[in-house]
Amino acid sequence: MNVGKIRAAARFGVLAAGFLAAGAAHAQSLTIASSAPVTSIDPHYHTLSPNQSFDSHVYDRLVDRDPKGTPIPGLATSWKLVDDTTWEFKLRQGVKFHDGTDFTAEDVSYTIDRVPRVKNSPASYSIYTKAVKSIEVVDPQTIRIHTNGPYPLLALDLSQVFIIPHKLGSDPTTEDFNSGKNAIGTGPYRFISYKPGDRIEMERFDGYWGKKPDWQHVTYRMISNDATRTAALLAGDVGIIEFVPPTDLASLRKDDRVRLSEVVSNRSIFLWLDHSRTGPTPFVTGPNGETLDKNPLKDLRVREALSIAINRQAIVQRVMEDAAIPTGQYLPPGAATYNPAIKPPPYDPERAKKLLAEAGYPNGLRVTLNGPNDRYVNDAKILQAVGQMWQRIGVQTNVDPSPWSSFVAKAGRQEMSIFLLGWGVSSGEGTNPLRAQLATWDAAKGLGTANRGRYSNPKLDAMIEQAMQTMDDAKRDKLVQDAMKLAMDDVPVIMLHLQKNIWATRKGLVYEPRTDEDTRAMGVHPAP
Amino acid sequence: MLTWLLRRLFQALFVVLAMTVIVFIGVHVIGNPVDILISPEADQAERARIIADLGLDQPLWRQYLVFLGDALHGNLGRSFVFNEPALKLIAGRMPATLELAVTAVLLSIVIGVPLGLYAGLKPDGFLGRTIMAGSILGFSLPTFWVGLMLIMVFAVQLGWLPSTGRGQTAELFGLQWSFLTWDGLRHMAMPALNLSLFNISLVLRLTRAGVRETLPMDFVKFARAKGLSPARVIFVHVLKNIMIPVVTVVGLELGSTIAFAVVTESVFAWPGMGKLIIDSINVLDRPVIVAYLMLIVLLFITINLLVDILYTVLDPRVRLEGKR
Repeated sequence: MNVGKIRAAARFGVLAAGFLAAGAAHAQSLTIASSAPVTSIDPHYHTLSPNQSFDSHVYDRLVDRDPKGTPIPGLATSWKLVDDTTWEFKLRQGVKFHDGTDFTAEDVSYTIDRVPRVKNSPASYSIYTKAVKSIEVVDPQTIRIHTNGPYPLLALDLSQVFIIPHKLGSDPTTEDFNSGKNAIGTGPYRFISYKPGDRIEMERFDGYWGKKPDWQHVTYRMISNDATRTAALLAGDVGIIEFVPPTDLASLRKDDRVRLSEVVSNRSIFLWLDHSRTGPTPFVTGPNGETLDKNPLKDLRVREALSIAINRQAIVQRVMEDAAIPTGQYLPPGAATYNPAIKPPPYDPERAKKLLAEAGYPNGLRVTLNGPNDRYVNDAKILQAVGQMWQRIGVQTNVDPSPWSSFVAKAGRQEMSIFLLGWGVSSGEGTNPLRAQLATWDAAKGLGTANRGRYSNPKLDAMIEQAMQTMDDAKRDKLVQDAMKLAMDDVPVIMLHLQKNIWATRKGLVYEPRTDEDTRAMGVHPAP
Repeated sequence: MLTWLLRRLFQALFVVLAMTVIVFIGVHVIGNPVDILISPEADQAERARIIADLGLDQPLWRQYLVFLGDALHGNLGRSFVFNEPALKLIAGRMPATLELAVTAVLLSIVIGVPLGLYAGLKPDGFLGRTIMAGSILGFSLPTFWVGLMLIMVFAVQLGWLPSTGRGQTAELFGLQWSFLTWDGLRHMAMPALNLSLFNISLVLRLTRAGVRETLPMDFVKFARAKGLSPARVIFVHVLKNIMIPVVTVVGLELGSTIAFAVVTESVFAWPGMGKLIIDSINVLDRPVIVAYLMLIVLLFITINLLVDILYTVLDPRVRLEGKR
């Protein structure tokens, strides 16, 4: 930097200092810095976690979630099964929309009807309403929802569907939500303005039915650059930031200007293995690069060897800076259907070598490890760490990370042999990863939609089907736990770790960390 | 003059067309936007429905023809991500980038020309050498690092300036501008300085080189011999003669500062076009990428045109039609 500029900046700074009083925090207002842009104010347009995080302020759903992910009453005060295909929801009385109209059963039926018809939606919420066959309004405070066949997850699915008033008329447009005209909900905050990629302003709604939040005015800012988000917090321009980057964790833990809140999330990071080919798979060869006559990844011994050759504890400590825990399954301890019998695979390179030899590869293998480099926390570094650990059991590993936009298409076409992906369990329980990730890929049934390695296990498929027919929660949870044990013993994917969700607030504030990644102004309180 | 203008316009049209073809093929090769946008929990039928909805199931040439047809009617398509017209999205972000880039370029002139002039007049003085050494830093320090350092010093340590964002805006010509409010100016100070750092060094060095080259020339000696005041010699005779390269470079740099302010914009969370385009490229939001690049091509063509016309004003020897 040259002299002239330092002087210019210094002079400007002196001028600016006089006007600083305006920048001091107002007791009644809160600024949140989110890590990714909210793409729409329309709550049914784009299933994207930043959108859902924001939507929770303005809109309500029938079933809400507490910070641990457990379903709690939202606009429905209670729900029960009438028979295997009929659910009855009792609606909360005396709830008002932001425009003053009353919330009734008609709004629920209107919302569920609108969800699949949102125009040009790139990721529709209809995945959460497709089980609904018809809706019956019994009286203004009671509705019955009939499902296509038994569907035990209806209440969980509806916890993703935000209710809008029926007076918006037929097919309200997404643009009218973004402009604020249609942005009417029953939530604790009223929408004021939206500047795409920059900020959303909200004001407390005094007619809210629930607990009154602490903040009169909330600004929801989008700051996607990690270093900038941290700097904005340190400078006091924002009160709370989400997704604290692991590189800053060590210094923030020691900084007395901020306070961290963390919780283990439902987002697991793992390696997919190619199960789709019995013949040679493109990126696994013999130790000298020679083509193999079959796919070694179809052999359980090879899969297990690759799994136990990884020192998960080291990755969690060194690469993730303790912003993760090692895992052997999709869900963290304490979550519904978590199975304590599935332990994180132990690190045992000696046994890994033996298993490889038994499988007929005493001289090891040569593999390419693919993955994204801009999607998950430290994704490319994790790949490098795994590559080095595999090297030690004689698996020569070439690490090849690429940007998500080109990586994800290849992953969807089974063009890679071993690749890193993550999965956030939105429902908070095990049928979600079982059905989407591990069930056999089946377009007609809509199963195995995210089964990128095309794993297929008929016994597991049968157990999943049975669980989905079981309406009794306790019995179903047991079935899901057993199915998960059966699956993970077969090493369909190599589980690495579960990420932690980490928020940092200014010293005077506390945030109750949420497993679902939502950052809600309602959860930010002045420190006691 | 008219034929020259028409020829220029024809060339411009061709460049824009070529660019749209390249973007269509490029995005197609990288991947499918649906893979990125769609919820990972959506099933296969839902995926097929979205692909059809966005028209991505058609062969690429047909998608391109549909785009061309719409473009002729002034419709550059709707963003896949925001479901808003691409042009409206870009226009909403443009004032932020424009005011930042223009401020940065103005800063580079206001700071760069006097410093360069001084360094050219006193090339062996201590200050002259210091200025030149400093300009090397301006060239070589990475923008994002300088940006973060500015934030750490002026926002975090000293607390003089707001760390990020655009601050309060006021309306002018139906658009929102920050430079009209004090809060907006305070937010703009650091990003504008950060963005101008490279240009300051560039202008400074050009000015110095021009001064060094012009001073020994006969007309300067003659002007001095005639007894004109040193101020008049420098500010009228010397400065006017070195302005041609400076104007060219400042013009082109204005274009690239607008088009590629992305690093500064993301470091300072400045909601401009640069951030929009980077986000759009990450999710392969083709309508926005195409519309943005078309706009940038037009911008460069316009700036080049203006620079050529400015030439004739600054140097009477240059004739636009003389090029034939």
